[in-house]
Amino acid sequence: MNTAKPEDNAPSQQQVNRRSFIKTAGVAAAAAGGIEGILAARRAPAFAQGTKLHIVRWNDFIPEADVWLKKEGMPAASKALGAEVTIETIGFNDLQPRITAAVQSGAGADIFMLYYNWPHLYANALVDVSDVAGEVAKAQGGFYGVFEPSMKVGGKWLGMPHSIVGNTIAYRKSWFKEVGFGAFPKTWDELRKAAAELKKKGRPYGQTLGHTFGDAPTWAYPLMWSFGGAETDKSGKKVAVNSKGTLDSVKYMTALWKEGCDEGGLAWDDSNNNRAFHAGEISASLNGASIYIVAKRQKDKLKDEKGEPLYLDIDHGSFPLAGGVGQFPLYFSNGHGIMKYSKNQKPAKDLLRWIHTKENFEKWFQACEGYSVAPTTDWEKHAMWGKIDKPLQMFRTAARNTRIFGYAGPATAKSTEVYSKYIIVDMYANAASGKMKPEGAVKWAETELKKIYEA
Amino acid sequence: MKRPIAGGAGGAAGVEVALPHPRAAGPRPLARLLESERLLATLLLTPAVLLLGVFIAYPFVMGVWLSLSSTSVGNPGQFVGLKNFAKAWDDSIFQIAFGNTFFYTFWATIFKLALGMWVALLLNRVFRGMRLVRAAMLLPFIIPTVLSTFAWRWMFDPSFSVLNWTLYKTGLIATKLPFLSDGTWALWCAIVINTWRGMPFFAITLLAGLQTINPDLHEAASLDGANGWKRFWHVTWPLLKPVTIVVVVFSIIQTFADFQLIYVLTGGGPANSTHLLATYAYQLGVATGLLGEGAAVSLFMFPVLFAVVCVQLWYVRRMEGA
Repeated sequence: MNTAKPEDNAPSQQQVNRRSFIKTAGVAAAAAGGIEGILAARRAPAFAQGTKLHIVRWNDFIPEADVWLKKEGMPAASKALGAEVTIETIGFNDLQPRITAAVQSGAGADIFMLYYNWPHLYANALVDVSDVAGEVAKAQGGFYGVFEPSMKVGGKWLGMPHSIVGNTIAYRKSWFKEVGFGAFPKTWDELRKAAAELKKKGRPYGQTLGHTFGDAPTWAYPLMWSFGGAETDKSGKKVAVNSKGTLDSVKYMTALWKEGCDEGGLAWDDSNNNRAFHAGEISASLNGASIYIVAKRQKDKLKDEKGEPLYLDIDHGSFPLAGGVGQFPLYFSNGHGIMKYSKNQKPAKDLLRWIHTKENFEKWFQACEGYSVAPTTDWEKHAMWGKIDKPLQMFRTAARNTRIFGYAGPATAKSTEVYSKYIIVDMYANAASGKMKPEGAVKWAETELKKIYEA
Repeated sequence: MKRPIAGGAGGAAGVEVALPHPRAAGPRPLARLLESERLLATLLLTPAVLLLGVFIAYPFVMGVWLSLSSTSVGNPGQFVGLKNFAKAWDDSIFQIAFGNTFFYTFWATIFKLALGMWVALLLNRVFRGMRLVRAAMLLPFIIPTVLSTFAWRWMFDPSFSVLNWTLYKTGLIATKLPFLSDGTWALWCAIVINTWRGMPFFAITLLAGLQTINPDLHEAASLDGANGWKRFWHVTWPLLKPVTIVVVVFSIIQTFADFQLIYVLTGGGPANSTHLLATYAYQLGVATGLLGEGAAVSLFMFPVLFAVVCVQLWYVRRMEGA
């Protein structure tokens, strides 16, 4: 005899009575609206019919990651959430104009991709996503240290950490071997020696010191930190850049530039080094994994001077190098922010939850092949790291020890102003180009920083 | 109905004309309203005033307000008086951008005028394929600036410059020329591109001006023994001056506020050496979110452009009065 009451039966697709609906919604609510709730209920949350979500991200350096998001990821999310999710990818440099226009007009995408410490910049326009961040961090081993100063403002997570693009130095194994380095140099001094030898052979080290958002600051800040330099003291209110550490780093850069670098790097953007490396113009360059991944995916086209696929001669060296006071990288950390003007804040949060569900995130994560690493530490244990090529495996732990600009103070909007004005990058560029002496370049940076931090 | 003609002495003249029969109730209210010149003028002007108000006056007033406030993205800010202007004036990057803007505008305008005049004089002659050449002349002006600047950027590329390659292969240089990696070179490269892009506008407009000059004047000057230079200086130039002034003024306004070219070519680098006021204002307002400070930097252009427009208006009125 069936003693079960009618309401105990699982609701079918066709038949949803009021009680089962409340129960379903209750499950979802019990899970704090979490994705577990959505999955447990086996149906999309009860969003208003016709709910639309618009998410804007950058054009990924790994196109396959975007292909997955557009063709599989977001259609699946639409189905799971019962909301029509539209993903738009645009150039990195177009993100800030879009966000600014959206915030000022109070209309636009529901979710924007946010970089570095942008939540500090747009704090008044972002929804608190601490609930989502808390769930993901708890379930996946906690966020890397860089995210708290970058995406948490006033104790609230205003950006949901998404991933980190790690940076290492892609280099030509055979060319370094020719000048006596069987492995990539371990210290700054060794790098200088190797680069000088390579430049004599017409194979300089390639580094941008131009006005470009990625490779220039991710080189300049860690170089300063490695030598003991810092923008400010711990309070963030007193400028501390004019120190022995900073000056030593500028002197080092000036020497490296003349002796070992491709001096055209002063005008490079973030893609010049990839092209120069693939064309055999440079021997090494600070890079995410894109130089290697593209070389491998285009192995029939990109060959070395012996006619062999270029990627076989590429490996990655650690950055920053040793020999200073420590090794502290600045990686390209990013997340997503929900805009306060959005009328779909609840579905937007559920989309973030959906994205970070292990089974969904895993697919995107694997499409990146190590170019982007996850925001939480558990993903270091993922099986993918054992399967990908050896040169890519070092990205597994790349996100540890990452700092954000503003150091030794907090990463406030003022530190973003310094970054956006390229003051630290230009400190090195001014000295490397010979426009200023190292002492003058540091003094110039100090004057500019004081106008921002001490005003 | 017949009435005596106006001015006539009643029926004495005996001339009568037919006049339209007025409606018993007078004209309709709408027709009566439209007969009011003042109202009709207001109605006809309203769309233009609205367009100017929404797209010109409102953004301008908004810009002025922003420049006087501490507004940042998502934060309405407060009135801060001239603080943003003072901060900008004290900012070394602003000082570079300010100087660059004048330098860039001055040299680009000089080159555009000189080359534009030369090309216009050449195109004013009759030769085979004249129309094709005149049409082709406009190509740099027609191509979107972003696209053409990308093409130039490739030509000046630090690693793959076709110019460097050609000069190297022909033995004219031993090392690469630092087109974009040296601040001074980069600014001159920007001036070259601006000249290339803007010169056709000068050439075509001056050509239009040249074609309005009566050939008899040149013929008479020739008969009087004037050589080519004297004919240009005493006949062509005085008659072309009004057109030239207008073209130069338009060019100064456009060049002074140039943004796209520098943004695409160098992003203001290396080490801020190619920043113009517009690109630096964008960097402050958009990349840093400091809308108030960005607006203040861009408003530094206003007095200069306002003076240029005043000169133009004064000149146009003087010409109309002459």
